[in-house]
Amino acid sequence: MKNRLKVLRAERDLTQANLANELNVSRQTINAIEKGKFDPSLPLAFKMSKLFQLPIEKIFENDEMK
Amino acid sequence: MKEVTWNTQIKKNTKKLAIWTMLWTSSMALATFGPKFIWDENVMLSVLAVIINAVMGVGMILMNIKHINSLDDLQKKIQLDAMGIALGVGVVGGLSYTILDTTNLITQDAEISFLVIFISVTYLIGLLIGQKRYK
Repeated sequence: MKNRLKVLRAERDLTQANLANELNVSRQTINAIEKGKFDPSLPLAFKMSKLFQLPIEKIFENDEMK
Repeated sequence: MKEVTWNTQIKKNTKKLAIWTMLWTSSMALATFGPKFIWDENVMLSVLAVIINAVMGVGMILMNIKHINSLDDLQKKIQLDAMGIALGVGVVGGLSYTILDTTNLITQDAEISFLVIFISVTYLIGLLIGQKRYK
């Protein structure tokens, strides 16, 4: 699954550690999601959606839906 | 700060898990060697030592569940993958080892301790692979 996490984070001037901090996850998790190695759970995706004030589909893009 | 709270909680749970694991292994050593070296085969004390060991084991299991529940999504996945590999390898390896024993292809009897070491090492390797994969 592709995502715009890195861009959204950069737009808000957040480091991976800052974002991890806000979402109560490890920096390793943010890094793995950004690199597309790991897809977050629905609760974590909703947390991101709330933090960035964007709908989930504006953050994540499902490759299979294309 | 949120991170401090989350990280602190994980560190606290890891420390508690280490303490429970230490208590369990210590009580196991006591139950194993106590009858011969400390209380001279006293049945009552031996039974008590086994009960204490079982209680410590339950405490360790409950603490492990709490610890895993406190991890984040990725950390849980790494743990799950490592446990899956360890369980699979343990069952397959354990049964092969038993067959080797029952068919007398190995000279010594199959010992459960070998299987426990095998599972533990596989679990640790699984964790290392997971950490490297999602680095």
